[in-house]
Amino acid sequence: MVMLSAWGKLGAFPHTVQYLSDREALRDVICGAPLKGLAQGMARSYGDVCLNPDGLLWNTCGLDRYIAFDEQTGLLRCEAGVLLRDIQRLMIPRGWILPVTPGTQLVTVGGAIANDVHGKNHHVLGSFGDQVRQLRLLRTDGELIDCGPDLRPDWFAASVGGLGLTGLIVEATLQLRPVAGPWIEAENVPYGNLNEFFELADGSEAAWEHTVSWIDCMCGGRGRGIFMRGNHAPKMDRPLPASRNLRVPFDPPFSMVNKLSLRPFNTAYFSLQKWRSGRSVVHYEPFFYPLDNILEWNRMYGPRGFFQYQSVVPRESGREAVSAMLREISRSGEGSFLAVLKTFGHREALGMMSFPRPGVTLALDFPNRGARSHKLFARLDAIVQEAGGRIYLAKDARMPREVFEAGYPRVQEFLQYKDPGISSGLSRRLMGV
Amino acid sequence: MRKKRVIIGATSAIAEQCARLWVSDAAELTLVGRDLARLERQAADLRVRNPAVVIRVLTVDFMDASAISSLAEDVVQRSEGGIDSVLIAHGSLPDQGSCEKELVACRDALAINALSPVLFAEAFAGHFAVAGKGTLGLIGSVAGDRGRKSNYVYGAAKGLVDRYMEGLQHRFAASAVRAVLVKPGPTDTPMTAHLKAKGMKLADPGNVASAIVSGMARGSAVVYAPAKWRLIMLVIRHLPRMVFNRMDI
Ligand SMILES: Cc1cc2nc3c(=O)[nH]c(=O)nc-3n(C[C@H](O)[C@H](O)[C@H](O)COP(=O)(O)OP(=O)(O)OC[C@H]3O[C@@H](n4cnc5c(N)ncnc54)[C@H](O)[C@@H]3O)c2cc1C
Ligand SMILES: NC(=O)c1ccc[n+]([C@@H]2O[C@H](COP(=O)([O-])OP(=O)(O)OC[C@H]3O[C@@H](n4cnc5c(N)ncnc54)[C@H](OP(=O)(O)O)[C@@H]3O)[C@@H](O)[C@H]2O)c1
Repeated sequence: MVMLSAWGKLGAFPHTVQYLSDREALRDVICGAPLKGLAQGMARSYGDVCLNPDGLLWNTCGLDRYIAFDEQTGLLRCEAGVLLRDIQRLMIPRGWILPVTPGTQLVTVGGAIANDVHGKNHHVLGSFGDQVRQLRLLRTDGELIDCGPDLRPDWFAASVGGLGLTGLIVEATLQLRPVAGPWIEAENVPYGNLNEFFELADGSEAAWEHTVSWIDCMCGGRGRGIFMRGNHAPKMDRPLPASRNLRVPFDPPFSMVNKLSLRPFNTAYFSLQKWRSGRSVVHYEPFFYPLDNILEWNRMYGPRGFFQYQSVVPRESGREAVSAMLREISRSGEGSFLAVLKTFGHREALGMMSFPRPGVTLALDFPNRGARSHKLFARLDAIVQEAGGRIYLAKDARMPREVFEAGYPRVQEFLQYKDPGISSGLSRRLMGV
Repeated sequence: MRKKRVIIGATSAIAEQCARLWVSDAAELTLVGRDLARLERQAADLRVRNPAVVIRVLTVDFMDASAISSLAEDVVQRSEGGIDSVLIAHGSLPDQGSCEKELVACRDALAINALSPVLFAEAFAGHFAVAGKGTLGLIGSVAGDRGRKSNYVYGAAKGLVDRYMEGLQHRFAASAVRAVLVKPGPTDTPMTAHLKAKGMKLADPGNVASAIVSGMARGSAVVYAPAKWRLIMLVIRHLPRMVFNRMDI
């Protein structure tokens, strides 16, 4: 037994870990286990979706082999534990790139599928599941299920965004897309209120592939921030940036993000970015994965850990709902400088339990302050529910069951595909299984 | 010059990481093991990583001296202009208790960790001697530096390859042949999964592989990986027996 926590470090829980390595020897490990198990990749999920307290964890990081790559079509077949970072670093110099990646590339292919993760280009390409052509599931009864958009599509729809509950994803075939090189032409545009944000977001959809914004959660319902957009640049000769890793060197006894630090930090950051706004050419790594060079940054919230609250609300009610959430957050004085506001495009995700949907998504980190945090979250839940939105399961560690069921109306259909030998902290908390 | 490299026990996690480093600029990689399907899976992975490299897989009985000898012959024949390096990586961590209770386990542990690697090394050393150049790497272990109660059968086998490699280095001192002995500390691989599940801190096999690859490129006589083990083992080796025998390690 080892004590393990998720990215939010909200607590450490006992797990029996089994390390997977040979994809042809998986049955020996996962079939007929005495306890229920759960696949775990890089544990970059914030809460209990990647934990199975008192149960088994099947660590997939050793399932990291490529199987085949077709240079003509860009189809990559690989095991589920391959890191998105490794695919990017191998393939970009060869003219191919993962079409959709989240804000960190230190995640596995299996984890990216199981949470159907989104990137900055949802309005163009949808989410990660939209790039998957086929996947292979191993069920705890030993059955292998190959599925894809046209092959047992019901199993595919259950497993994309399936939270690891439909079986162990052994391997996947991903469609890569051509890219000229590692450079992004980026532009930062400051905005002074939410109306400006939505104008920028809508106005950027046609001409910009990647859009996201940093929002100052401390300035009330008005919502000022920095809108960032980018396109893949044509081939150019530039020196690659030197790779440099920093590490949060110690566990601070209290959260370094607090009332005293937050407001001045946000004001300074906003002013700096406003001053530096405009166009530039940047390498894809700092553009897409700005925090990946700061190892273990999650330690800065101190021993009690932190929550991320990420919701999506439909566009019709979006402006009002986002403004209401920002007012609540600002009033509470809670929050963090890691706050993101972005729009999703007009497409429903293919997974039964996928998070992305047309609308606008707000994501914020909150240092864990116990009851005070939960009170704030309850007020935010009410706003999200009223607006007809949902909360992202990859980030959640606390939402009540009613809020979950309202946000994920296909859960009963989904549960028909659940593997009875698999369970997670999240599935027990929100689905009772 | 793009190199032609051979890896014995290629499916070992440490060797696999070495192969991933070497594949970026090798001409040929020959993977030798006992399980063809596993070798093929690894070869497929390496071909995706670099389609320009010729990757071969071969199986052999790791205890069969004459099969090992003809395998070496065969590998050298097939690579035009001979091979540049061999890494001998296989090994198996036995349960010390079982070795004490059943001599069969004890014998098997000595055979796979001492006898077998020496046979492979000797077979390829012969070819390097004729060529007058080449680098032979062999993975020993920090466990070979001093016998201790918790794993002395394994440690004795690793100690044997230590003395063997010393001899090879002496033999080739005046030539361009290099014999490199690698001594990893506890490393995160399937061999130590039972230790990791208990929460023991283990070195990253990718880092150990980098140390092996650069140590072989330099032709260093002894490579500790990670490097801190050189100092730790220096101390352990020099502890007076009275002190050492009281330690529970
Ligand atoms: C800094 C940071 C930025 C982020 N930005 C974004 C973002 O922009 N967009 C976004 O969508 N997400 C984002 N995330 C969340 C992250 O992308 C997801 O949580 C992702 O799923 C983590 O992948 P993982 O490999 O760490 O999987 P884990 O967190 O270990 O597991 C996630 C889920 O996948 C399941 N799983 C993992 N492997 C398998 C497998 N082989 N078979 C079956 N199930 C499996 C697990 O059971 C679990 O349910 C971010 C996270 C961080 C830390
Ligand atoms: N991991 C550590 O902590 C550590 C520390 C010091 C030294 N080492 C040494 O490092 C080397 C690599 O080990 P690793 O950690 O990478 O272990 P590993 O992943 O478990 O690999 C062991 C390798 O040895 C092969 N092997 C075992 N028994 C065999 C047999 N009877 N016949 C043929 N092949 C056999 C295995 O082949 P299959 O794949 O076919 O099973 C596999 O290739 C070994 O020499 C080991 O002693 C390891």
